[in-house]
Amino acid sequence: MNLTLKVWRQKNADDPGQFETYDAPGIIPDMSFLEMLDVVNDQLIAAGKEPIAFDSDCREGICGTCSLVINGTPHGGQKATTACQLHMRHFSDGDTITIEPWRARPFPVLRDLVVDRGAFDRIIQAGGFVSVNTGGTPEANGLPVLKDDADLAMDAAQCIGCGACVAACKNASAMLFVSAKISHLGLLPQGKVEKDRRALKMVAQMDQEGFGNCTVTGSCEAVCPKEISINFIARMNGDYAVALLKQGA
Amino acid sequence: MKLLAGLFNSSLGKKLLMALTGAALLLFVIGHLVGNLQIFFGPEVLNAYGHFLQSNVEIIWPARLGLLLTVALHIWSAIRLTAENRAARPIPYAGNPAPAAATYASRTMMMSGLIVASFIVYHLLHFTVKTPQVNFAGEDFHKLTYQLANGTECHDVYAMMIAGFRQPLVAGFYLLAMFLLCLHLSHGVQAAFHSLGLKNKAWSPALSTFGYVVAGAIFLGYASIPLAVLTGIVR
Ligand code: HEM
Ligand code: FES
Repeated sequence: MNLTLKVWRQKNADDPGQFETYDAPGIIPDMSFLEMLDVVNDQLIAAGKEPIAFDSDCREGICGTCSLVINGTPHGGQKATTACQLHMRHFSDGDTITIEPWRARPFPVLRDLVVDRGAFDRIIQAGGFVSVNTGGTPEANGLPVLKDDADLAMDAAQCIGCGACVAACKNASAMLFVSAKISHLGLLPQGKVEKDRRALKMVAQMDQEGFGNCTVTGSCEAVCPKEISINFIARMNGDYAVALLKQGA
Repeated sequence: MKLLAGLFNSSLGKKLLMALTGAALLLFVIGHLVGNLQIFFGPEVLNAYGHFLQSNVEIIWPARLGLLLTVALHIWSAIRLTAENRAARPIPYAGNPAPAAATYASRTMMMSGLIVASFIVYHLLHFTVKTPQVNFAGEDFHKLTYQLANGTECHDVYAMMIAGFRQPLVAGFYLLAMFLLCLHLSHGVQAAFHSLGLKNKAWSPALSTFGYVVAGAIFLGYASIPLAVLTGIVR
């Protein structure tokens, strides 16, 4: 198939950037979206031009590194699919495809389609961990976990931290990401100990990074490649309110 | 101070304020509706109710001040949160695509809210302050009086509502405002449960339905009054 690409090109963080149009002839429908970009980049390199910079790592939908807004939707709008797992068969011959980076003030563009997601790392550093002292391995059956809690924690733990929720939200809110992390740790006995402190610290860091606020539009869960539910945000809101009250006046 | 700082400075704190004040306003809106619907029981009932409120200064003034503070907090957090949301996405996507899965109501909360706020100002001038210039009826609502069955002289709320809603322009604006309030609440009620953390997978669908039913019932209830006057059912 033959495609036309409208790609965001930006030399560095200070460059204002602009769209460039490229022909992508001879694309095989079984290629993934990133393989299609690899082909286009080969052609650009052969022509002595600068290839399009984009992020990828595992290319099997588990690392959360790929981050493309395809035709206005993060990861391209196929349900539960990352951009690296998106196949060209979902497009038609002759299509024009617009490709942009995640757009959010806390995710500055470094080059072309690559953004700096260090803000997520700083949120995790603020409280997205369980403090475990070293020592003997505890008996596995010593800590009972309710199956329902384990399931819910696992649903939240699916989050791969790609940032599509931020990219899709009209307010560039990071609350789906933060709530998934807060919930997956807070639901399990090891993480419950630091539950209140974690909620306060991670939310404070999220605010400091400059993300927007949830208005319950549901865009985040609609584009999430791991189908994390927006109900985790409601859970985080409750956790935060309790933590705030427990702190005292 | 920790609690106040958390509520007023943090993102989730402001969402809690938004939800708490929104819920308080919703309760008022329901109570106010129940009061107003007494128009269908005739002038004696409605005017006795009006007189009861007006003559209890200890009730009406704390309620008014409380409502004013609640509206002010709701609007303040709405403006702060919206400003933060705008700042978080300085560069829009090409062609401004509609955000995935977002309902119309959820995307226009600020707009529906601000129009409802302008309606509240008009409504207070119209029926509370009774500014003659805004009622388009060419009469002074202050002068309408009524004698209750027990002989007490009081303000004729019944006659005022009839005279007020006989003006199609005024009734039309009331209907429009109530429709926008309905739109606001169709998203707002479920959003409030979400913001307060009172929602999970099991309850989420029921809470959405509840929000739509409450919003629809409030619209029908409020709309019935100007419509009944315009069509002459209540006269
Ligand atoms: C009678 C008047 C009003 C009632 C009953 C009402 C009710 C509500 C409720 C229940 C919510 C949900 C709270 C939440 O987001 O968690 C809400 C949200 C909101 N309201 Fe109001 N409101 C009223 C007036 C206004 C006004 C005057 C404004 C304009 C400044 C406004 C702007 C907003 C905004 C921006 C939200 C947030 C929407 C969101 O987070 O999705 N509201 N309102
Ligand atoms: S590259 Fe790892 S999820 Fe796409």
